[in-house]
Amino acid sequence: MLKGKKVIALGERDGIQAGAIAACARAAGAEVILEKTYCFV
Amino acid sequence: MTAARALRQPVIRGARFYLAHAPGLVPHGSKPSRDIAADAGVEASIRAALRPWEAARDYAPNQVLIGARHPDSLWDLPRPWFRSSPPGDRRGPHGEIAPEEELYGLLKIGDQFDLVQLEAEFAEAAREALAAHPLVTKSDVEALGAGVPAAAIDQRLAGPAPAAPLHLRSGRRIGSIAAAHELDQTLAADVLLENLAAKVTAAMALRALLAGEGIDPGSVDYVIGSGEEAVGDRYQRGGGNLAKAVAEQAGCAGATGVDVKGFCCGPVHALAIAGSLVAAGVFSRVAVVGGCALAKLGMKYQGHLRQGQPILEDTLVGMALLVEADDGRSPRLRLDAIGRHTVAVASSQKAIFEALVRDPLRSLGWAFRDVDKYATELHNPELTEPSGSGDVPQLNYKVIAGLAALAKEIAPADVPGFARAHGLPGFSPTQGHIASAAPFLAHALDGLRSGRYRRTLFLAKGSLFLGRMTQMADGVSMIVERNDQDGR
Repeated sequence: MLKGKKVIALGERDGIQAGAIAACARAAGAEVILEKTYCFV
Repeated sequence: MTAARALRQPVIRGARFYLAHAPGLVPHGSKPSRDIAADAGVEASIRAALRPWEAARDYAPNQVLIGARHPDSLWDLPRPWFRSSPPGDRRGPHGEIAPEEELYGLLKIGDQFDLVQLEAEFAEAAREALAAHPLVTKSDVEALGAGVPAAAIDQRLAGPAPAAPLHLRSGRRIGSIAAAHELDQTLAADVLLENLAAKVTAAMALRALLAGEGIDPGSVDYVIGSGEEAVGDRYQRGGGNLAKAVAEQAGCAGATGVDVKGFCCGPVHALAIAGSLVAAGVFSRVAVVGGCALAKLGMKYQGHLRQGQPILEDTLVGMALLVEADDGRSPRLRLDAIGRHTVAVASSQKAIFEALVRDPLRSLGWAFRDVDKYATELHNPELTEPSGSGDVPQLNYKVIAGLAALAKEIAPADVPGFARAHGLPGFSPTQGHIASAAPFLAHALDGLRSGRYRRTLFLAKGSLFLGRMTQMADGVSMIVERNDQDGR
């Protein structure tokens, strides 16, 4: 689904963390070029 | 050869919180100070939105933290709480909230390096206020000193050594804090202000805890600092130990101590370590302390200003918890079911909560509903929602309730009801490690003693990725249960 696409994964600690987004994106064929999780508290 | 000694069951005997209303220090928070440096006009906007002392005292979430009302009472208190809070007391069964004048006096009392200067007239007023405080000693009042003329503060602020002015909410300048080194950024004035505030707020919480429990401070063996502040100098940023400084300030002459770092989950890690030290018989009376997080004052002020509400991140919090061997009464800390977010655990919320909640419960043969209350990130939504950060506690409770639904303990339609019955409304200031689970501990101890609760679970998460050494977060959880045999 994301084959050939580049993905920037921005996550939130208490929501969906970047690692989880990146894992899904890679599984869908994307190249993850940046993954970063933020904490808003 | 010595005989093997049986492990002792650790209990949590008490918990106390020291809140200091610190509106004058909001411009020293990390976000406000950076914005003020970029645009000096921001400071006036911030100062115009700072709450008076009475409003911070009465604020219902603060009243929850000092034990004057139960967290569940917030469910039915109309929002915004900064408008609906009824009058409250300064002191409650779990601690107190102090006005900023007392905090500045305590900063001077806790300063052993002449970093803090207080203007003479203000020092006199602070001395009068603190002399009447039941936890402030005569030697504390002497350490406060007589203050200095305003001209001496002018002179220090004019340089050449770097220093920062200290103001009240009114804008009145009442003192200054100096850097301890001209070039060392780890000893800059604002860094030392953060660390000194952490020291004195933790020490006041510890004094309150020991006085409240009728414990001789000299009988505390070990103090574990669990806060986030980096104490050290340029050769070892963050390598220092605030715990022993807090122990000294609280009169714990028989204690040594160490700091345990884990961002927001430092306190729950520290409780596990404290319990283990007591269980092993290494120490008998261990205090876990956490000072305030001054850098987080006004962290979300922009959202508050946009909403036209007061800046509610104006309160510093210190805490102290006491772990001892089983006394037959105090709630037990279960070392056999510590939830852990290991390196191998994936970063999805489901995986994290399975590790921190499902797995420890399963190891004991318990269901999700067997825990009466889960304490997790307890940030007050009134502080986080205006900036778009949402209601953090409820995000976490939905995941726990969702796991209960996946385990077929509850129907999916019952997720909101489970989250409310077994969760808590957020009531903690956004004070980093302070807000993660620990604010409920004093209420949990009350409920576990009275019979209101049988089991509680404390779950904290730490944002390790902030330090840029790993993409991972961390987490740890712990069960605290009623002290009776059928709790097993």
